[in-house]
Amino acid sequence: MNAAVASSSALAAPFVEGLARQELRFQRCTACGTAQTLARHACAHCGANTLQWETARGTATLHALTVVSRAPSDAFRALAPYTLVIAELDEGPRLMAHAEPGLRIGERVRAGFFAHEGRTLVRFAREPG
Amino acid sequence: MTNSSPPTAWITGVGGTAFGRHEGQGALDLMAQAAQQALQNAGLQRTDIDGLLCGYATTLPHLMLSTLFCERFSLDPAYAHSVQLGGATGAAMLMLARELVRSGRCRRVLVVAGENRLSGQSRDSAIQTLAQVGDPDYEVPNGASVPAYYGLMASRYLHETGTTEADLAEFAVLMRANAARHPGAHLTAPITVADVLASKPIAAPLKLMDCCPISDGAMALVVSAEPGDGPRVAMTGAGQAHRHQHLSAMADVMQCGAAVAAQRAFAEAGLGVADIDHLGIYDSFTITLTMLLEEIGFAPRGGAARRLRHGDFGADGPLPLNTHGGLLSFGHCGVAGGMAHAVEVFRQMTGQAGARQIARPRHAFVHADGGVMSSHVSLILSQEPSP
Repeated sequence: MNAAVASSSALAAPFVEGLARQELRFQRCTACGTAQTLARHACAHCGANTLQWETARGTATLHALTVVSRAPSDAFRALAPYTLVIAELDEGPRLMAHAEPGLRIGERVRAGFFAHEGRTLVRFAREPG
Repeated sequence: MTNSSPPTAWITGVGGTAFGRHEGQGALDLMAQAAQQALQNAGLQRTDIDGLLCGYATTLPHLMLSTLFCERFSLDPAYAHSVQLGGATGAAMLMLARELVRSGRCRRVLVVAGENRLSGQSRDSAIQTLAQVGDPDYEVPNGASVPAYYGLMASRYLHETGTTEADLAEFAVLMRANAARHPGAHLTAPITVADVLASKPIAAPLKLMDCCPISDGAMALVVSAEPGDGPRVAMTGAGQAHRHQHLSAMADVMQCGAAVAAQRAFAEAGLGVADIDHLGIYDSFTITLTMLLEEIGFAPRGGAARRLRHGDFGADGPLPLNTHGGLLSFGHCGVAGGMAHAVEVFRQMTGQAGARQIARPRHAFVHADGGVMSSHVSLILSQEPSP
């Protein structure tokens, strides 16, 4: 089953469609070059509304990390405890995602993908060497 | 009063239910109880109210909660609507009520919120509703929850400041001790730092006792153009900041917007941190309280727990904090949970705090945040001498 998961808005559709193709997409401002966290209608830095989608390499540094023991729904209870992180992609944007256990803030990681409840989600793993 | 400065707005009455479980009571039932108390406390009749601001209720989603409440409670105001700003809603309503009074639009504004957040829905339902403050494409699909957002934020704050889990736990213990002195508090059984550290893991580094409970309850305040007959409580400053909605977009965990909102309020009041002798600070999690105290400047970075252990934030210390027990122990029923801090400040300032009354504060600082430290509202309440 590969039913497309609808994004909540046209704005974020390239990100959600990218995940389905195992690509990490983000917007970059064509005016000032700032890479955007989340999907924006205008650049968070300079306010220009000329943003273009790019695909990230997938390498990142861990910015924040939690282990969720109390899952919010049955769909995630089966995975608990699971590690959620905010990673800073090397291109600049921050991204919330899953991660392998045992990582620490500041560690170098690389994005992988897994299917869950019909969606493709990101799971970071330690970057070898 | 000069022509250049708008008139003062005053808090003249407050009311509220106990927080905890109110089986069978709906949001409007609870709101009505709090509103009735506030009117009595302010010495007003229904017909005296010409402005009504209410929050939202997750258990009663309605397009026009303010009008619905006015019908049920038999109010006929000239101005009314609801406000939605997550946990900052209560403080935002008080700020707006002040503006309505100072502009001359209203003379007496009733601010009210309440809901049966505990008994009116399943715990999963409550947790999933709250998780929607996350981004629907980037965050929520990961199985994130509000505690997970705060756990992530806490991990970064601990990393940057050296704050420990035991430091966070101190705030849960203090809030519980304060709540034990309030007859309306949800959680009153004494706890220790060891209890907090040993409590069930929720979203590391946060454990169950680092998180506020979900409660039923309601709170109400009256903001007026004229001070009351008794001790006078003026709203001398207010400020907001809104730098992000989602945790992913919080640029710097050390500058989330709290200090910006606070500086706007201090500038308006002509006061500073050193003038404040009482605190009512939003405390959805222990990390919330720690970050707000340190960013606003009531403690050095990484030093909030040190001040607490020194006794500074205790009810008998120089800077009493959430003497009702805060969200962490008085309880959290949504919008009203964030209003309870202001209600308590008013009671302490006017000598209405009963057995937990302390020396009446001169200048109190009230702060609330909505989302994940996303929306910030600071208020300064000052006791003014009677003429």
